[in-house]
Amino acid sequence: MLWIIPALPLAAVLLNLLFGDRLGKRGTSVLACGAVILAFMAALRAVLQLAGIPEEDRRIVETLYTWMRVGDFSANVSFLLDPLSAIMVLVVTGVGSLIHVYSTAYMAEDPSFRRFFMYLNLFMFAMLTLVLADNYLLMFVGWEGVGLCSYLLIGFWYEKHSATEAGKKAFIVNRIGDFGFILGLFFLINWTGSVDYERVFAAAPHLFPIGGIAITAATLLLFLGATGKSAQLPLFVWLPDAMEGPTPVSALIHAATMVTAGVYMVVRSHVLFQMAPFTLEVIAIVGAATALMAATIGLAQNDIKRVLAYSTVSQLGYMFFACGVGAFGAGIFHVMTHAFFKALLFLGAGSVIHGMHHEQDMRRMGGLAGKMPVTHMTMLIATIAIAGIPPFAGFFSKDEILAAAFSSGHFPIWIAGLIGAVMTAFYMFRLYILTFRGEPRFIEHAGHDAQGHGAHTDEPHGQGHPVHESPAAMTIPLVILAVLSIIGGFVGMPFQEGGHLLERWLRPVLESAGGLPHSVGHQLSHATEWALIGLSVAIAGFGIFMAFRVYLQRPSLATSLRERFAGLHNALIHKYWVDEFYDAIAVKPIYRLSQWLWRFFDEKIVDGIVNGVGYTLEGGSAILRLFQTGYVGTYALFITLGVLALFLHILRS
Amino acid sequence: MIPLTWSLALSAVLFTIGVVGVLVRRNALVIFMSIELMLNAANLAFVAFAQQMNSLDGQIFVFFVMTVAAAEVAVGLAIIVNVFRLRETIFVDEINLLKG
Repeated sequence: MLWIIPALPLAAVLLNLLFGDRLGKRGTSVLACGAVILAFMAALRAVLQLAGIPEEDRRIVETLYTWMRVGDFSANVSFLLDPLSAIMVLVVTGVGSLIHVYSTAYMAEDPSFRRFFMYLNLFMFAMLTLVLADNYLLMFVGWEGVGLCSYLLIGFWYEKHSATEAGKKAFIVNRIGDFGFILGLFFLINWTGSVDYERVFAAAPHLFPIGGIAITAATLLLFLGATGKSAQLPLFVWLPDAMEGPTPVSALIHAATMVTAGVYMVVRSHVLFQMAPFTLEVIAIVGAATALMAATIGLAQNDIKRVLAYSTVSQLGYMFFACGVGAFGAGIFHVMTHAFFKALLFLGAGSVIHGMHHEQDMRRMGGLAGKMPVTHMTMLIATIAIAGIPPFAGFFSKDEILAAAFSSGHFPIWIAGLIGAVMTAFYMFRLYILTFRGEPRFIEHAGHDAQGHGAHTDEPHGQGHPVHESPAAMTIPLVILAVLSIIGGFVGMPFQEGGHLLERWLRPVLESAGGLPHSVGHQLSHATEWALIGLSVAIAGFGIFMAFRVYLQRPSLATSLRERFAGLHNALIHKYWVDEFYDAIAVKPIYRLSQWLWRFFDEKIVDGIVNGVGYTLEGGSAILRLFQTGYVGTYALFITLGVLALFLHILRS
Repeated sequence: MIPLTWSLALSAVLFTIGVVGVLVRRNALVIFMSIELMLNAANLAFVAFAQQMNSLDGQIFVFFVMTVAAAEVAVGLAIIVNVFRLRETIFVDEINLLKG
């Protein structure tokens, strides 16, 4: 009964589409949330069933039908539940359910309420297809499906020009990645003759030498797909702009689930990636570079959602470099914990935005702790979790990733990860302090715009409405996610014989083929491991301390720092001018080429040929028309001339 | 016995007068008469050849031509009468509705 899990949200889409106008908002919410919650229960039941199977053959495959059969090649619509997809399915449906419930309150005032939930449910369907697929082709269907829903939801408020632009940008940037993914897929189909995970992974070791060009090219292309979907260098630019979408969308799609699809794909294909050490190096470097770069940009952003967006890019970088250093399990662990605390952060930010009546600029917030107690507490928990303070969830996963980087000898990457961790702690607590602590800055907002750099020109905050705590439908998901952010890391408790719970759970997947060591994090001695833990906690603590010092105790320090490093600050505010750079090297030339194709090739040549035919006929007939004068005499003259000509011709021959 | 050449020359002259008449005259009736002239030029050529060749075929053809000419006159005059009733003119250079 695996098919029921993606089928439930799809059914809700169809029902809402056909009968939604008769159901009203309440009916739509019940239908949409109910479908996802039921899907979560179905997933839970299936995973429990999976856990009951002995470890050696712990996988459930369910083939619905043969999708296509061409010669020797065939692809099925079939679903696979194994420990890896189990984690993803539970995260997607679990976090998804909470976000659906939250959305019913957040979007309550929106005129396109039903459309929103249809898109959201459609997204759930596509995402569940992606993670449950038994072969690359079906995964690609889900992959494109989530891309489509992402586009639709980013541009949800399509009256807003920036939102449609952001949606287009996300879609086009993702196309570049998808082009890599599908080329990689063609490589695999060409060499292994199959798209089924099991057959590809079984065939690969016999076909390719380790580190060979073929496998390296194929995996690099697959990774290009992952950089698009998971917003890594060089294709990360769409994710910050994706914040134009409604905040629950940012939480669900652009933090917790869809953007981790790239990580999931890499982990799913770890058999292939392990055969290409060069690709793994590339992944590690790209991941670390992204983590570092996004964290630095996050330091200077003033829009609460943009800080979180860059934080997401940065955390995704951690997941990728975990994969790159061979710690696939740690990558998935971070996917899970990140889903909890980042969804919580976004939902908390959404609650703040809701309570502040659509104010997103942190420079016009402050002192909200007393006014929004539940949001404040849950956000604080999430902030601590992402900063990496034990025993909160983020600590365990991030520490495992850093330990893996250290023990596998990738010291530059390890150091980059540590620096990223300091900055993560710093900018997250900056966000927390600017939003919830200090003096409220939103009444006399006009006078406090001294630090304005022109990045945000939002409409001023409506002063008539008091700031308020959000309704229960929003705070209850926050509380549940907060609990998960606290306890979610315990499945990855270090210092356990034979690996921690999550590692043991994932073992059937990650050791199924090749027998290569997947997790190197536990070859370390306990003493080293303690030292690493101490180091990362100290570093996180330092970041938090600095944030409090700069933004709470001595706000003048922030200004003087900003002035001292004006050039650097400017670079950060402008996100290193990456958008401008892409605009100059890619967007503008393509735009100009299209202009030329339009103005010259289409209008002059294509239209020229078509119109030319018309003009020729028109001109020709204009001449011929002159002969039809309507005077009988003219015709008689022509007849006579014709007869004479004929006469002469006959006489001469 | 009039030589054949003379008859043919007369026939050619009559035909040419008919052609020129059709081309240059404006009055539909005169044009009509010119057409008759051309037909009769042809008749003359038929008769001349018939006599020269001692064959009756040419003379029979002349009767056909006269029959056709009579029929043509009937139809043609009817058209001209109707045109005159509609347009109150029978000058062909004033009747040019069918132009491109």
